[in-house]
Amino acid sequence: MTKQQANWSPYDNNGGSCVAIAGADYCVIAADTRMSTGYNILTREYSKICKLADKCVMASSGFQADVKALQKQLAARHLIYQHQHNKQMNCPAMAQLLSNTLYYKRFFPYYSFNVLGGLDNEGKGCVFTYDAVGSYEKVGYSSQGSGSTLIMPFLDNQLKSPSPLLLPVQDAVTPLVEAEAVNLVKTVFASASERDIYTGDKLEIVVVTADGIRREYMELRKD
Amino acid sequence: MFRNQYDTDVTTWSPAGRLFQVEYAMEAVKQGSAAIGLRSKTHIVLGCVNKANSELSSHQKKIFKVDDHIGVAIAGLTADGRVLSRYMRNESINYSFTYESPLPVGRLVVQLADKAQVCTQRSWKRPYGVGLLVAGLDESGAHLYYNCPSGNYFEYQAFAIGSRSQAAKTYLERRFENFADSSRDYLVKDALMAIRETLQGETLKSSICTVAVVGVGEPFHVLDQETVQQMIDAFEIVGEQEGPAAEPDASAVLEAAAEQGAAAADQGGSTDEGVAPMDI
Repeated sequence: MTKQQANWSPYDNNGGSCVAIAGADYCVIAADTRMSTGYNILTREYSKICKLADKCVMASSGFQADVKALQKQLAARHLIYQHQHNKQMNCPAMAQLLSNTLYYKRFFPYYSFNVLGGLDNEGKGCVFTYDAVGSYEKVGYSSQGSGSTLIMPFLDNQLKSPSPLLLPVQDAVTPLVEAEAVNLVKTVFASASERDIYTGDKLEIVVVTADGIRREYMELRKD
Repeated sequence: MFRNQYDTDVTTWSPAGRLFQVEYAMEAVKQGSAAIGLRSKTHIVLGCVNKANSELSSHQKKIFKVDDHIGVAIAGLTADGRVLSRYMRNESINYSFTYESPLPVGRLVVQLADKAQVCTQRSWKRPYGVGLLVAGLDESGAHLYYNCPSGNYFEYQAFAIGSRSQAAKTYLERRFENFADSSRDYLVKDALMAIRETLQGETLKSSICTVAVVGVGEPFHVLDQETVQQMIDAFEIVGEQEGPAAEPDASAVLEAAAEQGAAAADQGGSTDEGVAPMDI
């Protein structure tokens, strides 16, 4: 008797890639806007980026239904926090909340691969990268999603982060200026779109600075 | 005569068909410091008197934001009020989560009223000792409700609860016909006037009152002390003239100026400073 296999999966992968880069006083979060299923495109204009708090933005690729549910959960929890503390959550606090929320569903996970970006309490850029069940780490840059295998090595080459295990503790944020980081992101997505079939259509870039949140778009390959 | 025999349990009726524990709970509301609410077609203003126990202590929070479109002012046992606000916030968040739209105020007050009713029919519970003025804006317009410990609720054009609220109610009764078309600023002024009525001679300062507004295009928020003080200063001139003068004089001035005020309100929002006679 062969073991019975599932004839239905509660998950689907809608593809796409996300990137985030932390700078000295800014943070760039970017994701493509293509949503696909299998070899088909569902839409070319779906935003994977969600503003969780004033200085905290999350980009998630994977199963967008789970991503949407996760975003709603975090938004509701953030409202409760604001009622209780009379202020918005800062980025490191949101990072921990996201981790806890993901682990809460350890045995039926959110199929969501997240990068969280924003400014910490001192106004420095910070990026947190996650797996599907909440394991997270503060890093200087990260990518997730279908194009991450193409994107990450390139970011490593350009922005190599010193190991957090080294002493003395070195700064993870990139010395690049905001404009340079945005350009790097555009380059990286243009390259990923070439070889990753799930990445393309349009690139959405969100930049978080002390002045607020800025949004930018760039066309990508549509094939 | 029989009150003391039938007032031990909330679940005991009196021969006259009353639940004394519930009525005692409503007494607690009357003992709390005043809270008032008034609404126009597009805005609702909540105000309350903040009396601190001593100069050393801070005063109690009596106005709570429930959601961007709903706020509540309480009078009575503020601890009960805090707990109910938390319940309301939770309900609002859950509704938004499920329906991706703001909780209609009418639904919230019914839920609150049902929650209060439960406490009037369980022997191991006691009624909430707090009256709530719920101000909210939804698709059907601007609403002001009063929820009392008995589980009843009513919709109002304007209302006042708490100690010395009758003075404020009298003022509101005189003026309420103008509220529907009042501008936001005049509504706040009327709220401050009503609060002043409950102070009975004491000078109205922004440090002893709190005012909150919610309206079309304006999410619920508490006005900061400076703004409130500016609005008080704009019309408080008559307050200083009154001074320790007898009440009859004051009411005569009020009534005369009320007509002026109504006329000025019809002219539409004029500037705050200078032209004092506009609104008393």
